[in-house]
Amino acid sequence: MDEPLAITLFSGTDDRLSAAAVLIAGAAALGRPVHVFLQYWALDAFRFNAAGRRTQLAPEAGEAGAAAVEALRAAGQASWRETLAQAKEIGQVEIQACSLSMDLLQLAQDDLDPLVDGVEGVTAFWLAAGAGQVVFI
Amino acid sequence: MAIEITQRLDARNLSCPMPIVKTAVAIKGLASGQLLEVVATDPGSTKDFAAWAATTGNQLVEQSTEGGVYRFVLRKK
Repeated sequence: MDEPLAITLFSGTDDRLSAAAVLIAGAAALGRPVHVFLQYWALDAFRFNAAGRRTQLAPEAGEAGAAAVEALRAAGQASWRETLAQAKEIGQVEIQACSLSMDLLQLAQDDLDPLVDGVEGVTAFWLAAGAGQVVFI
Repeated sequence: MAIEITQRLDARNLSCPMPIVKTAVAIKGLASGQLLEVVATDPGSTKDFAAWAATTGNQLVEQSTEGGVYRFVLRKK
């Protein structure tokens, strides 16, 4: 299976990024090339030394959800950053920052986690996505 | 005939997708035809390992479940 997959990450909450990292690592394990595009708050979460260290959750998590997430973390679940690092190790995973979001957050590539391969505009993203599936999280 | 396991991977207590991710890493280090044994406790393991083996061309030669532990033996493509 080598159908390419393009994933746009918009949300920067820890739970959504964890779920996205699981999807990306699974696709990489199956040999599917994955192109990841970081926009808005997801890009903010990829700041150097911050990636994988936040605990903010989506509003629907509530208190019980937050406790469940914390319990899984305490049991040794890999952070989304570790999961993405492994995904890059086993497969073809490219992570690109959205140039508009770089402007919005006033970031330079040096400000970002080394997992981020570069900066691109939306046209380059769609070109990379080609005719493959696109997922927005 | 006893089969000879080249490498063993303990993926117990790892949540999805780490058992598959670590399996993919481990199998990279084997030569074609060598066997990797994996034990996992993730409840999705049975379907995930079958799908991963079928897709990547590595062969699932043994599979068993005992007391909530799933065991797989994979032959590298």
